[in-house]
Amino acid sequence: MTVMPDVQVLSFRDAVREGIRDAMRRDERVFLMGEDVGRYGGGFGVSLGLLEEFGEERVRDTPLSESGFVGAGIGAALGGMRPIVEIMTVNFSLLALDQILNTAATLRHMSGGQFNVPLVIRMTTGAGRQLAAQHSHSLEGFYAHIPGLRVVSPATVEDGFGMLATALEDPDPVVIFEHGSLYNEKGELPQPAAPVDIDFARVRRGGDDLTLITHGGSLRLCLTAADQLAADGISAEVIDLRTLRPLDDQTVMASVARTHRAVVVDEGWRSVGMSAEVAARVAEECFYDLDAPVGRVASVEVPIPYPRHLEQAALPSVERVVAAAERAVGRRG
Amino acid sequence: MVDGMLGSAVQLLTPEGERVADEDYDISLSNAELKGLYRDMVLVRRLDSEATALQRQGELGLWASSLGQEAAQVGSGRSLLPGDYAFPTYRDHGVTWSRGVPPLEVLAMFRGVSTGGWDPIALRCAIYTIVIGNQALHAVGYGMGAQLDGSSEAVIGYFGDGATDEGDVNEAFVFAADFNAPVVFFCQNNQWAISSPRERKNPAPLYERAAGFGFPGVRVDGNDILAVMAVTRAALERARSGGGPTLVEAYTYRMAAHTTSDDPTRYRHAEELEIWRLRDPIERLKVFLARQGIADRGYFDQIDREAADLAVMIRDGVRSMPEPPAETMFDHVYAEPHEQLERQRRWLVDYESSFTHEVSS
Repeated sequence: MTVMPDVQVLSFRDAVREGIRDAMRRDERVFLMGEDVGRYGGGFGVSLGLLEEFGEERVRDTPLSESGFVGAGIGAALGGMRPIVEIMTVNFSLLALDQILNTAATLRHMSGGQFNVPLVIRMTTGAGRQLAAQHSHSLEGFYAHIPGLRVVSPATVEDGFGMLATALEDPDPVVIFEHGSLYNEKGELPQPAAPVDIDFARVRRGGDDLTLITHGGSLRLCLTAADQLAADGISAEVIDLRTLRPLDDQTVMASVARTHRAVVVDEGWRSVGMSAEVAARVAEECFYDLDAPVGRVASVEVPIPYPRHLEQAALPSVERVVAAAERAVGRRG
Repeated sequence: MVDGMLGSAVQLLTPEGERVADEDYDISLSNAELKGLYRDMVLVRRLDSEATALQRQGELGLWASSLGQEAAQVGSGRSLLPGDYAFPTYRDHGVTWSRGVPPLEVLAMFRGVSTGGWDPIALRCAIYTIVIGNQALHAVGYGMGAQLDGSSEAVIGYFGDGATDEGDVNEAFVFAADFNAPVVFFCQNNQWAISSPRERKNPAPLYERAAGFGFPGVRVDGNDILAVMAVTRAALERARSGGGPTLVEAYTYRMAAHTTSDDPTRYRHAEELEIWRLRDPIERLKVFLARQGIADRGYFDQIDREAADLAVMIRDGVRSMPEPPAETMFDHVYAEPHEQLERQRRWLVDYESSFTHEVSS
């Protein structure tokens, strides 16, 4: 008798691809379009092989017109299709911002609830690959600012696979941020692979002394930092926000009410970003539970530098997370 | 001075109401259809003048007038088959009229009590797009979806001469050409983008741009409803039969201000209006109908009475529109309620109910 394994180990890239493949097999309305998604297999290799399986009608190489393919995606979604639009990296999405912010996010409201835009936009985010100031943004907080969008940030192989299907079911536009450093990361995908919720944060590691709140590419930093802190006798709980808009406050506040200390870790710039929002909410809702000021680890506020050592110095790191955690529990001045 | 050189524009009815032939386009309409087009244009013009008056009385926040563009809008709108789909701009009252959108739904938007609540699925007509040129891409995407569905519907995307300078419209052209989308780009060149005169800025004819993108473009006399219908019908049929996109440039004139917030006397001459008044779209069809014995004074009077009734309905309807309660602003942000937003709704409702008496406005 053959026993089917109950998990499959694969890379984040392969997981996202399997998610797309699975959605396209199950629903004829789903199609993928973007720059180089077809013959080239995607700027990050996510869609390799999909053109061969589904053909040019459903895997469309588009002209280099970001506003063009996002706008066309909106039109197709209005007509009942379920387009997945891939924007190669988050900085290119700025060329389509009017279509995303001013149209996709507002059409339900502008039409008095008559129109909806079931569009899924995937884009690569984040720094750390020496791509310099114009290809290294983390604009999750910027998109999470916009009413009408749902913004998700998968950090695990399971979420890389499973969030897509749920996003396609969502009647509203969903923006999926895939951190570039995750694509080669391997992880476990439970079998049979299934859709996952895009509503709730998740505790990735339990702990009692403080809560590290993070998402996407920074989850790994926090888990590594938690290991190091544990060796030092500090028990850190790690929360993966997963969905950045709407934020799941409950999971965060329940944890902070118990640990009494919080550090927010986000690769976006520090001011007016995701980390500021989470810290403000913790202060609003858990002020009397806190035993220390809310800490933040974020990118320093410069265009992301090109030289490797400068880039690393600009970004959150395991060391900085550990230091912030030690400060929160009073081990540092 | 922008007196507008029609050049090679397709024309089937001269400004004097004389029926002429064109090498490539012709149209044959029944007397009832011709009279119907006249009726549509007169009623749309009355809707427009009534709305302008209501804005001046403070009953509407703003109005974007369609005066002078009735033939372009009604002619193209009436060329659509029931299953076709339209993406109009905020000035296309003749298009929404042709699609059966109740005029009060359009006026609710300009009164500021709704952002466009008509049923865009049942009426096969999207809500007005306020962002310039944005909808050209939606038309292409909608068409691509229809294509994938194996449906034979055509899509028409409206925009003005100003929008042709926008990236979105040019990207829409690229997309439509690349994917052979079943789309008609219907550009009403009304000569003025607020205060920018089209031909003084760039004398290259707009319809010729299509060639560079790889699909046909055609200029039509936009004040000649017969020519507009002949050209639009052909372009829609081409789209339905897999021929791909067409750019139609309806050469017309914005007889009124850009919107009621604009004062065009600051940038254009009265003589220009006189030239275009002689090319009026309604007058030329009326002369044609009378000369051909298709309609007589009795019919024209009857339409005028209908227009007067429409005006009364509009005035009463606009003045009695209910104002939506404040908490309805949370209704259509997402399909499903979520806690973050519900909390803000509850706060607002509590805050408003904390006042012990009504504040009169």
